[in-house]
Amino acid sequence: MSFSVTEPTKGTKWFAGILVVAYACITLVPLLWIVATGFKSPVDSIAYPPVVVFEPTLEGYVNLFTDRTRATEDMLEAAGPPTTWYDEIARERGTVISGPSRYGQRFLNSVIIGFGSTALCMILGTMAAYAFSRFKVPLKDDLLFFILSTRMMPPIAVAIPIFLMFRNLGLNDTHLGMILLYTAVNLSLSVWLLKGFIDEIPVEYEEAALIDGYTRFQAFYKVVLPQAATGIASTAIFCLIFAWNEYAFAVLLTSGTAQTAPPFIPTIIGTSGKDWPAVAAGATIFLVPVMVFTILLRKHLLRGITFGAVRK
Amino acid sequence: MADVTLTNVSKSFGKEIGLDDVSMTVPDGSFVVLLGPTGAGKTTTLRMVSGLDKPDSGRVTIGGRDMAGVTPAQRDVTMVFQQYSLYPHLTVRQNLEFPLKSPILKTPQDEINRKVNEVAEVLQISHKLDNKATALSGGEMQRVSIGRALVRQPSVYLMDEPLSSLDAKLRSDLRIELKSIQANSGATFLYVTHDQIEAMTMATHVGVLDHGKLVQFGSPREIYENPVSVYAASRLGQPRINVLPADVFSGAPASATHIGLRPEQIMQGDGEESIVHRVEHLGDQTRLHLSFKSHDLITVTDAHTDLKAGDVVKIRPHEALYFGADGARVA
Repeated sequence: MSFSVTEPTKGTKWFAGILVVAYACITLVPLLWIVATGFKSPVDSIAYPPVVVFEPTLEGYVNLFTDRTRATEDMLEAAGPPTTWYDEIARERGTVISGPSRYGQRFLNSVIIGFGSTALCMILGTMAAYAFSRFKVPLKDDLLFFILSTRMMPPIAVAIPIFLMFRNLGLNDTHLGMILLYTAVNLSLSVWLLKGFIDEIPVEYEEAALIDGYTRFQAFYKVVLPQAATGIASTAIFCLIFAWNEYAFAVLLTSGTAQTAPPFIPTIIGTSGKDWPAVAAGATIFLVPVMVFTILLRKHLLRGITFGAVRK
Repeated sequence: MADVTLTNVSKSFGKEIGLDDVSMTVPDGSFVVLLGPTGAGKTTTLRMVSGLDKPDSGRVTIGGRDMAGVTPAQRDVTMVFQQYSLYPHLTVRQNLEFPLKSPILKTPQDEINRKVNEVAEVLQISHKLDNKATALSGGEMQRVSIGRALVRQPSVYLMDEPLSSLDAKLRSDLRIELKSIQANSGATFLYVTHDQIEAMTMATHVGVLDHGKLVQFGSPREIYENPVSVYAASRLGQPRINVLPADVFSGAPASATHIGLRPEQIMQGDGEESIVHRVEHLGDQTRLHLSFKSHDLITVTDAHTDLKAGDVVKIRPHEALYFGADGARVA
């Protein structure tokens, strides 16, 4: 492969720069809107025209993390002065905090299920991809196509069979069930992506390791895995983003103990009027883990999404 | 410390023939050089012995032990790959330590350090030990790759053109070094090269391969002086053997269709006339390019010859080799 590369002119560089910045602005505005709304008062959040400059409040976050009951003047007086800053915010709206909300627990569910399925998917995907890449597997092409074909319809098309299956297996509303489901959906993507990455690692490295006194599995672990790190990292990000954002199955299959954040966040709206700041706060916090994960792996991701384009 | 035998080993890769019924005995402590053009089966032979590939049929033994079902790690062999195959995620030092740290050897760390430093010294890469393996020149990579084989003391060393990308000075240094390692350790070497000098100077035995067949196996001298075919004859010798139709000189046996003349088999001074069309002074010798009855010949002559292009030289064959129509030696 050879590329003829011409140094971009100053004009092109500026043009490209402006284009990228403009695109970033367009995609970032909704994000900024969500983050800002989380810090607005309920009145500001639905003001028209929208207020850009506003007095920030943590009311949305307090509402997100607590359950409150409307209190009369007498009850408020009987309860005594507010003891904490979040108590104070709640009192200003004429409510008292009756306990923590379920958001924290739903968020934790998302973390367990999202990262759990991503980890499982990476372990199975890497090993399957390695086998497809290196060994003579009977009907290899057919199997690979079959694996890919599981991704050809929208997963929700099989929602009803899966619902029935889960009910019979007792997997409804369990962490294990959701981890298995998201792993199953993501596995085809991860096998295909990882096979591409592993194919690019010359087999001679493993052969050298085999001769240097290592077994096949040790060679895989010591020589192939470190070199596949880029592919594993970028595939993990794709898998995590899917599992993290998945809504339809979560609504259908979880309701209590294993409910993830996506189906929970909309329910916040109903509890006391249209509480948009609390919803926005919930969404903002929900964005953080994927963002952190992606930033941590960004070095790998950049190389990863160019796939085979970079000559090694 | 082991002899290696291949018995009727065949291997094909789809339609490509890798090895075709090869039988070879590599004596304990010998240095066997495999010769042949690309695709002749040299690398395949090494891979059979190393266990990276399994023969379709036939047997490989090392030290009398049948190698069927024995993994490369268990064979106590080491291999220098043509493509270097340095572990790109490791430093030079880690690359050299890798075989010593294997679960089979589990060498203590001070022993590892000693061996690695010693080998790095020999290969002149001590100053690069902490570099990433990918941050080396081709020649340096090749030396690290040799080093990875030398840190261990296996019974069989397999080397696939290990000196091909080194400069002339280093190449001759390492030629001597490898030869002395072989002599001191008593290990068996199987060595692939295209280099005439390496073959002639290092080998105790030479195996000539052609399209997966072993056509001749013997000492370098034997192959040089007594080749079984035109093909085997043209594997050794620099400049190469001259092959002409047998009837250009009188005295050829009836069954011969070609005469093979090594430079020293062309006597100058009497016989038939040829025209010098180029003179190459190489310092210690001079090569003469001759035109003889519309055939080109290359021979060597005195280093201080006065001959120049256009001169006429009389030549006659001396103890020439004769080959039949199929290329086989007839006399």
